[in-house]
Amino acid sequence: MEEVGAMTLTFGREAEAPTPMSAVSSPSPGVHTARASRGGEPRRHGDAGFDYVRVHSYDQAVAALTEYGEGAKVIAGGQSLVPMVNLRLVRPTVLIDVNGIDPERPYVEYDHLVIPAMTRHSQLLASPVVQSHCPLLAQAVAHVGNVRVRNRGTLGGSLAQGEATAEIGAVALALDGEITAYGPQGHRIMRSEDFFLGFLTTALGPEELVTGLRLPLAGPKRGWSFHEMTRRVGGTAIVGVAATVELAPDAEVVRFVRVSLIGVAERPVIGEPGATSSLLGEVPSAAHLDAVAAAVAAATRPRDDVLASGSYRSRLARVLTRRALTEALLGAGGRIAAA
Amino acid sequence: MTRRQVALRVNGVSRDAWVAPSDTLLEVLHDQLGLQDVRYGCGEGVCGTCTVLLDGEPVSTCLLYAVQVEDREIVTLLGLLGEGESLHPLQESFLRLGGSQCGFCTPGVILTAHSLAERMPRPSRDEIRHELGGSLCRCTGYTKVLDAIESYLADRAGVGEGT
Repeated sequence: MEEVGAMTLTFGREAEAPTPMSAVSSPSPGVHTARASRGGEPRRHGDAGFDYVRVHSYDQAVAALTEYGEGAKVIAGGQSLVPMVNLRLVRPTVLIDVNGIDPERPYVEYDHLVIPAMTRHSQLLASPVVQSHCPLLAQAVAHVGNVRVRNRGTLGGSLAQGEATAEIGAVALALDGEITAYGPQGHRIMRSEDFFLGFLTTALGPEELVTGLRLPLAGPKRGWSFHEMTRRVGGTAIVGVAATVELAPDAEVVRFVRVSLIGVAERPVIGEPGATSSLLGEVPSAAHLDAVAAAVAAATRPRDDVLASGSYRSRLARVLTRRALTEALLGAGGRIAAA
Repeated sequence: MTRRQVALRVNGVSRDAWVAPSDTLLEVLHDQLGLQDVRYGCGEGVCGTCTVLLDGEPVSTCLLYAVQVEDREIVTLLGLLGEGESLHPLQESFLRLGGSQCGFCTPGVILTAHSLAERMPRPSRDEIRHELGGSLCRCTGYTKVLDAIESYLADRAGVGEGT
């Protein structure tokens, strides 16, 4: 379609001075509007305006980000961004809509599953390629939001948002996945553990976009598991844990193990390697698995917030880590030693 | 304020609307086009009262901008009505089994159940429950809602077998 810029629609940009209540166009008395006043703020018409640009390639998206600068926000599924705009936590000057970028399907490339950024959660769940080559991702994504969020939300959007409770972040870390990005300097690949930097902060540059996620393929001696606790179905995870276990090719002992956690820090994190490494070369007992889970939990410092106290989160971290490790071990074809 | 004309396909009819980029689809459908079956509940995509079907799948219209959905197929609850505005069998089932009380959440619940039924002929009660996890009801509770959906699915399967 049109080039970047050609489709820019100029609309009431944010007013220089706050709009007085009386000046906001209000509907006639007796007319019910969809959006009632919230927290004493006037309804949206007339404020929080932004321009809108639709792009059809990553090149156009990067060009638009370069052109519009700091106030520009990329919108993919919009399931995190638009609530923040609705609550005035974010006030973009321009929205760059990347939904016009040709959607590719997840595919296998050598020993990796490649998931393009614009893959929606519902497409991940329905994809036979994902189900057979990375069941952990499907298992985790089933916990994301509700059916409407999964129909719109995208893998790339979730990664770029960098939420501390993002299930896809936990999967990327547990599988040592690689995040691919595109920006003014071209393509680059980042290890997931170098990607999540802090609260809603990733290693993406200001003019860079996530283009996909690369995950290792499921194998016969690999087991994976994801568990999370929410206050209600589809709500924000209080704590979530992903675990991967790989056994030695000709033995029952653990050869590789990794745990990742969400909801225990300001970003998705890898469980303390010093704790999980005690499983290497072992056929662990239930007590050993619990001790590892306790050590993983002890290495976190979750904070109190409106969802849960820090101490409750620590307890959840231990319980969910034990469950996830046990399930991953058994899924790999391993066994639990008698005490 | 500068606005732009967009062509929306709503319930099989083309409707033009003048919108700003910041106008959500919810605001345009409810306030401009007068569709009272699409409702503001939470504004965060959590409650499900603003649900419509976009190309057959449920979405939150409070989290979509109208400029994003030009030329897409939008169906609201009214779009499920039959000839002469007769109720859809799913609505009949809700009436018969008391699946609706104040009715505010009902359009979203019915549209979500309808899309599930299109995708999955005989989902289990747990599968229905999982699908409706994002549709909050604050009065009827969920038991009768699930009963009504299961009854509709059973009736539909029965009809299918008979023909």
